[in-house]
Amino acid sequence: MSDAPELTLEEREATIGGIGTARKRKEDARFIRGKGNYVDDIKLPGMLHGDFVRSSHAHALIKSIDTEEALKVDGVLAVITAKDLEPLSLHWMPTLAGDMAAVLADKKVHFQNQEVAFVVAADRYAAADGVQRVDVEYEELPPLIDPKRALDDDAPVIRDDVAENDEVGQGSRHHPNHIFEWKVGDKEATDAAFETADIRIREEIAYPRCHPSPLETCGCVASMDAVNGKLTVYGTFQAPHVVRTVVSLITGLAESNIRIVSPDIGGGFGNKVGAYPGYVCAAAASIVTGHPVKWIESRIDNLSTTAFARDYHMTGELAADKDGKILAVRANVIADHGAFNTHAQPMKWPAGLFNIVTGSYNIPVGHVEVNGVFTNKAPGGVAYRCSFRVTEAAYLIERLVDILAQKTGIDKAEIRLRNFVQPEQFPYSSCLGWEYDSGDYPTALQTAMQAVDYAGLRKEQAEKRDKGELMGIGISTFTEIVGAGPVRNCDIVGLGMFDSCEIRVHPTGSVIARLGTKSQGQGHETTFAQIIATELGIPSDDITIEEGDTDTAPYGLGTYGSRSTPVAGAATARAARKIKDKAKKIAAHVLEASEDDLEWEVDRFRVAGSDISMKMKDIAMAAYSNVPDGLEHGLETTDYYNPPNFTYPFGAYICVVDIDRFTGDVKVRRFYALDDCGTRINPMVIDGQIHGGLAEAYGIAMGQEISYDETGNVLGASLMDYFLPTSVETPEWETDFTVTPCPHHPIGAKGIGESPNVGGVPAFTNAIVDAFAHHGVTHMPMPHTQAKVWQTLNELGLNK
Amino acid sequence: MTPGVFEYHRPNKVEDVLALLAEFGDDGKVLAGGHSLVPMMKLRLAEPAHIIDINAIASLRGIREEEGMIVIGAATTQAEIMGSDLLNEKCRILPDAAALIADPQVRNCGTIGGNCANGDPGNDDPAIMLALNASYTLQNQAGQRQIAAREFYEAVYTTALAEDELLTEIHVPAPAKGTGMSYQKIKRKVGDYAIAAAAVTLSMSAGQCTDAAVALTNVGDTALLSLEAAEAIKGSAVDARAIDRAADAAMADCEPVEDMRGTVEYRTAMVGEMTRRAIAEALSRVAGS
Repeated sequence: MSDAPELTLEEREATIGGIGTARKRKEDARFIRGKGNYVDDIKLPGMLHGDFVRSSHAHALIKSIDTEEALKVDGVLAVITAKDLEPLSLHWMPTLAGDMAAVLADKKVHFQNQEVAFVVAADRYAAADGVQRVDVEYEELPPLIDPKRALDDDAPVIRDDVAENDEVGQGSRHHPNHIFEWKVGDKEATDAAFETADIRIREEIAYPRCHPSPLETCGCVASMDAVNGKLTVYGTFQAPHVVRTVVSLITGLAESNIRIVSPDIGGGFGNKVGAYPGYVCAAAASIVTGHPVKWIESRIDNLSTTAFARDYHMTGELAADKDGKILAVRANVIADHGAFNTHAQPMKWPAGLFNIVTGSYNIPVGHVEVNGVFTNKAPGGVAYRCSFRVTEAAYLIERLVDILAQKTGIDKAEIRLRNFVQPEQFPYSSCLGWEYDSGDYPTALQTAMQAVDYAGLRKEQAEKRDKGELMGIGISTFTEIVGAGPVRNCDIVGLGMFDSCEIRVHPTGSVIARLGTKSQGQGHETTFAQIIATELGIPSDDITIEEGDTDTAPYGLGTYGSRSTPVAGAATARAARKIKDKAKKIAAHVLEASEDDLEWEVDRFRVAGSDISMKMKDIAMAAYSNVPDGLEHGLETTDYYNPPNFTYPFGAYICVVDIDRFTGDVKVRRFYALDDCGTRINPMVIDGQIHGGLAEAYGIAMGQEISYDETGNVLGASLMDYFLPTSVETPEWETDFTVTPCPHHPIGAKGIGESPNVGGVPAFTNAIVDAFAHHGVTHMPMPHTQAKVWQTLNELGLNK
Repeated sequence: MTPGVFEYHRPNKVEDVLALLAEFGDDGKVLAGGHSLVPMMKLRLAEPAHIIDINAIASLRGIREEEGMIVIGAATTQAEIMGSDLLNEKCRILPDAAALIADPQVRNCGTIGGNCANGDPGNDDPAIMLALNASYTLQNQAGQRQIAAREFYEAVYTTALAEDELLTEIHVPAPAKGTGMSYQKIKRKVGDYAIAAAAVTLSMSAGQCTDAAVALTNVGDTALLSLEAAEAIKGSAVDARAIDRAADAAMADCEPVEDMRGTVEYRTAMVGEMTRRAIAEALSRVAGS
């Protein structure tokens, strides 16, 4: 049982490639060779294709649907309308938020491009030909586009189906277009603090409607096996098990007769959490025709119908003393949820985690009120690379702190240092109800300031201002709340937000582990193997990670909200530790030693103070051949983990921009991002996540908006207009880190995927506004297109 | 990509293209690089019954100089324009502009002929051809004719090209020594059409501008030649005041519409700014040559 040749401890650790190793991503081998297996790559024998007839109007009654000409098209087999789904009770479907959403428009359409009929054909072309030939007659109704007008007395009623209801799944409501009212905090104390404060600032800050726009759009292949009654759905699902349960609840099929498979997924960012009419129609069509049916969204379908994000219209206020010490925060929000409340999020509250709006600051008191409303726009409200409503909250507080700095004349870094929750205050209970687990905000900001020579930048800026040049420095010192989550706080359709990992160690010492999460590009196959590698001393390369097939993976709640590492990662570590406990018993048995005398050493148990040891690889074989009496054979286990709290990653970002005062063009000269996500499992994967998240943040800040004209026509729903930054536009990123381990996570990790989006967006806006701060500008609306920045330049006369 | 039904033709000779065009008339569409036509077909905004792919015809490609004229085959790709030594030496505005068109994948397929003949005011080459006073060779079965670019463009997607005609060559008068030229384009991102763009050529002699042309992209129904802007700098030393007058003239001549790229006011202002920058750069290149 000795190594030949004998390796040093360090060499053995390196061989394992565990936690802390910048290991190349295992999944990339297939992706860079074009060998990924995405939903649209799946082709089943006899497979049919579906496509939607979509509404040309934002708000209209359907007078008639004529399918006769479509059915004459060669290859078209069926045209399904709401009337056809009604007998199956599938024309409407329950949403994750307690509302109902039309699968196919039932008597009226509520937004442009809404699904009206589903054409099923032998091939994709015939389906599109059929769509062109379905004739729908509409009677137009006045549309409601501006969410701020939704609760007016004379506002058009959008949802006749629920107009009289006292609630639509999220508490009481007081207007046919009202969805919910959510209040948190101490209103009286907050009002009192504002009354007496020396300094008060207030700003209307909108976070426009944008879209996650993953490279792969949504889609599925549904296949009903008429013989054994089993429905298999391959689809772009971020949470396959939840989909299985929901399908069972909707269709009445036994869950054991439903198999949901998420194959490789080309990015999700929240877009692939919800349930969409395409899934239901493909499944219904497969049940009816007996053939597999594929449905794949086009880019325009994706941008204009499935799962937008944000659309938060916020009014934020801070009260402070003369030294810039924040005394109170107040926020009032109108949340535009579109035509159906299909926001996909696991929190028990309708505005999710928006009450993290206290950010990184020690604010004694605060009050938040959010009202959700219906409009004639695509339904949704998902968290685009963030935990639900955290990015809106972070944007608001980071903007408000900047405005307070300008109002008080205090430097924007200094005002943050004066207000930070201090390291010794953790665990910190915020005035809006969260217990921040850990953090060291001053160190993060001071490290960032030093790295970019903040004082030097401010000096340069002053010189540039004297010459009439525009340079801006933006700071964002954000705190995230991720890892949904504690079952007491979080559920989806009643299912607690635990997650799971099952580990099987094979006799020859390799491993397969399956999780309830689903990677969409996060690199789970790489990072989760590293957790097991460190825990069990088995090389990462010998560990296979599998996710996404409900027939094989343990039940889990999926991947979004940076929850995979905080929840499933914890389950993985705990499952590995259970394996290790059993392995120790086996080692003691084989080595004829007492368990108490065994010490763990990288990849083996050693009898303390001796050269007798047994490698995990050999213990694995013994588990199948030589176990002590009373112990079961095998080396497998499963862990279900319910986290005691969320995790609170944080960071300090500094962005430097130069603005062309004649064109409004913004050049990002420098972007420094310091992130603290606790224990770092794979620094290369973390860097990749930060690069991707910052690129998306840049896209959002500079040009991602799904807008509508006054009649409800969706504008910019193609990549011609919608800004998906390429390598040409994307700035250089400098990444850095501190490590403040999470005190309640088995390996101290916190989650990282979403921090750069949450923290990045305010850094860009703060930098751009900072460029104009000496002209008294306190806020500029996103996205910061050249045209909008120029408008500010023009109003100030700076472009002459 | 789910276009309607069409028949695909890939002739090897220009005569065969002309025969197919004569046969199909409006039902036939020429496919060169496909970067305008194919997206339209994808959205079913165009549903041609016949696609006539000209990419197999070698005689439609290439760049040569003959008798003071630079002759560019219509199916020459933007990537080939960028890589042409002849153009980089004698008419650099074309390779400069090609580098501002979309991305390498598009430039590897997209052709200068398609860019010029399509009639989309967002295309970059038409304004440059107006500024260079280029002409187009149009062929049909009856023969060929030469038409000035300045006579070619009529309205959005409407040009002097008849249904049975094929654009085969572009003739650019080789710029005289002492000519500077520049194309300045502001766009939102890679792959976007211009918010506004300006093409400028100017010739200097003894410190005075002896000839000039200014043309604009994507701020009207067609590319626009701004005669007034050119007049503002002709005969001047092209000083700051002359440049401002030219920019004002270009702004007065343009007719942008509000779209996702910006308001009329913004796009008009960008016409002025791009004109200013193009004149300044063209002037600096005169000095350098």
